[in-house]
Amino acid sequence: MSAARKLACVVLVAVCVVSLGAQWIAPTGYAKQFREAPSSPPSRQHLLGTDEIGRDRFARVLYGTRISLLLAPVAALISTLLAALVGGLAGYLGGIWLRVATGVTDLFLSLPWLFLLITVRAVLPLNVSPLFSVLITFLILGLLGWAASARVLCTSAQSLGSSDFIVQARASGLHGSRLFFVHVLPNLKPVLYAQFWISIPVFILSEANLGILGLGVAEPLPSWGSLLRELEGLVSFRDEPWRLVPLLLLIIVMTSFQMVLSKEEVAA
Amino acid sequence: MICRRIFLRIFLCSALLLGAASAQSGNELRFCLRAEPKTFDPLKVDDDASLTIRYLTGGVLVRANRQTQALEPELAESWKLSKDGKQITFKLRRGIRFSEGSPFSAEDVAFTVTRLMDPALHSSTGDAFRSGKGTVATKILSPIQISVTFSAPVIGLAGLFDQVAMMSSHASNKEAAVLGPFMVAEYKPGASVLLKRNPNYWKKDAQGRQLPYLDSIRLDIQPNRDVEVLRFKRGELDLINSIDTEYYDRLAASSPGVVHDAGASLDSEFMWFNQVANAPIAEYKRNWFRSTNFRRAVSEAINREDLSRVVFNGHARPGVGPVSPANKFWFNNRLKAESYRPDAALQRLQTDGFRLQNGTLRDKDGNAVEFSIVTNAGNKYRERMAVMIQEDLGKIGVKVNVVTLDFPSLIERIAQKFNYEAAILGFQNVDLDPNGQMNIWLSSAENHAWNPQQKGPETPWEAEIDHLMRSQASTADPKKRKEAFDHVQEIVAEQAPFIYLVNKNALSAVSASVEGAAPVILHPQTYWNAERLTLHSTAQASR
Repeated sequence: MSAARKLACVVLVAVCVVSLGAQWIAPTGYAKQFREAPSSPPSRQHLLGTDEIGRDRFARVLYGTRISLLLAPVAALISTLLAALVGGLAGYLGGIWLRVATGVTDLFLSLPWLFLLITVRAVLPLNVSPLFSVLITFLILGLLGWAASARVLCTSAQSLGSSDFIVQARASGLHGSRLFFVHVLPNLKPVLYAQFWISIPVFILSEANLGILGLGVAEPLPSWGSLLRELEGLVSFRDEPWRLVPLLLLIIVMTSFQMVLSKEEVAA
Repeated sequence: MICRRIFLRIFLCSALLLGAASAQSGNELRFCLRAEPKTFDPLKVDDDASLTIRYLTGGVLVRANRQTQALEPELAESWKLSKDGKQITFKLRRGIRFSEGSPFSAEDVAFTVTRLMDPALHSSTGDAFRSGKGTVATKILSPIQISVTFSAPVIGLAGLFDQVAMMSSHASNKEAAVLGPFMVAEYKPGASVLLKRNPNYWKKDAQGRQLPYLDSIRLDIQPNRDVEVLRFKRGELDLINSIDTEYYDRLAASSPGVVHDAGASLDSEFMWFNQVANAPIAEYKRNWFRSTNFRRAVSEAINREDLSRVVFNGHARPGVGPVSPANKFWFNNRLKAESYRPDAALQRLQTDGFRLQNGTLRDKDGNAVEFSIVTNAGNKYRERMAVMIQEDLGKIGVKVNVVTLDFPSLIERIAQKFNYEAAILGFQNVDLDPNGQMNIWLSSAENHAWNPQQKGPETPWEAEIDHLMRSQASTADPKKRKEAFDHVQEIVAEQAPFIYLVNKNALSAVSASVEGAAPVILHPQTYWNAERLTLHSTAQASR
């Protein structure tokens, strides 16, 4: 394992641990409004100052990080499983299954996903708790974000299907689901793993995009998207540099996710 | 020696060229339009950018003074309204010419009014005059006298002419012939509109100097507010007509002299509950929303002072009712903004059978009080108000879910499917007269947001409002109209169909190089007296 990869792992673990301990590190909570001190600079009481309605920014960064880091992998897992199901099976079965799956994948890839997300979000019930809204947001992201991975998995499964050991397994009388689950799927694991890992930052950024538009996680729950909205209208970085902390954290985490993967896994 | 002469000639030529350039653009005011103007036809104006151009180029018969809010004669020297409110007779000023040189007469007024009222034009300015069926008759009494007769009384008739820019009946290019202080000289789509002074403008100052003082106004098309503020800070723009609280405070921190807070504007932000009879919401929730006590209690549990201070950094006033205190004549002075009284709110709720159990408010059937508030995504002020209301109502045991939706989805829910529980939106009022609010207060109106398009008023108080609004619209007597509309405001305060939150202040920024600016609350806040604005000589020299 290279030094950069080790460093990335350490950073990700550290960020996860700190965000999981948010209730002890920042006991004020993410929702309490200190209305006498809105938009205040960093102080002993508020390490990163307060936001526009007086909520502790440090607490919101920690809780927002927790939400993004916990739920983005869930969305990535959903999308990778869907991709494995659609792409893997289509590549393995070939024929009409391959053509249908390719068509469906192309259709999903051609959809303007941001507008689709906004539309799906708009038809959901209104009276749901913030926690449920965050689950829905990431679930939608997971359900809509499988197409690119499916295409990769489809190509991998196709090449696996014509490999010598599969031909030999077929010749030995192995067919159907047993061949798929015993020989094909285990050999797709590195690709699945890489796709899962690559999808996490994609979903974090997708939620951030929705959040910037004000359509992500419901208030008062924080997320990186809603935290990044604070940068809207920031004319000078020098005046309030502490407001850049969520952005820096996002960049660090995204970079770490990229560094965790080896070159071979990225290529896969 | 030869080299020195050549250098001197080059230097002199450069100086002359620079001088010429500064003479061209030196006395030029610059500010931004936030969108492309949709039209240069003054009678078809329907958007802010076109409205700006119409204000600066159009000549009107009557002008509402943006500072005093009183009507003043402009192209019309005087006017007379008939007792029945159907007819207005104008006496025009003599010797006025359009920008291309043709004389202005009653014929042009007749042409403008006839075109304005042509249904095929689909003029929203013209719609304001349509009080009844039938046509509009114009009668030219002399070259400087004309009467306009409507089929039904038009309330606030004279004031409506503030929006009607006169057009030439003879000019071949009608949009180019104007009577205002400036005329459109150049339009670069997506970039800018250049207005140059109208050489035939009729007004002179007290010293007899021809107005306007400025040579030109350059309107840069710039939708991005960050860029607008940056350019203003760099000195590339001279004013920002309407500025957000955050930008205002940042500018105030660096250069306090350039920002202006003119006080509460006519704009209001408010919340309301869905009271539509067949809306797809739970029956018990509809019963809460239709209860006056419930609405009043929610109103009492909202801390408006905090909303004004925290969300708008003090650049807003707690909302009182349908009319902003900035509207000097129509505001009911007997009304005050609802005070923050969570204890009183709980007491009021108890009268309807609600009770607080383990921190959760429950109705008489044991249902926990929970509802969602929708607002438009991207409007950070409304989102922040919703979150603060969420916390305020949490203190009386009410659980609020804040939902932000893209604007088309929001409008579909609140105006077509009625699939929502509560909403926060705002009105941008440009009309001082309550007649401009008929489409809100009549129970049959589309914008009667809490329960629109009723076949007949569903509650006695809505019937009373219908009656009062119609009676104020049927008389030209300002005193009687004021009495009726004061009563409407009292009913609205008592019944709280809209829970008024704040009136935002009119904020603007004007560079120190601009002389004569006196920002006001009415649109256009900063350049309402554009003809009398000048640029400081140092600013001219730097351009």
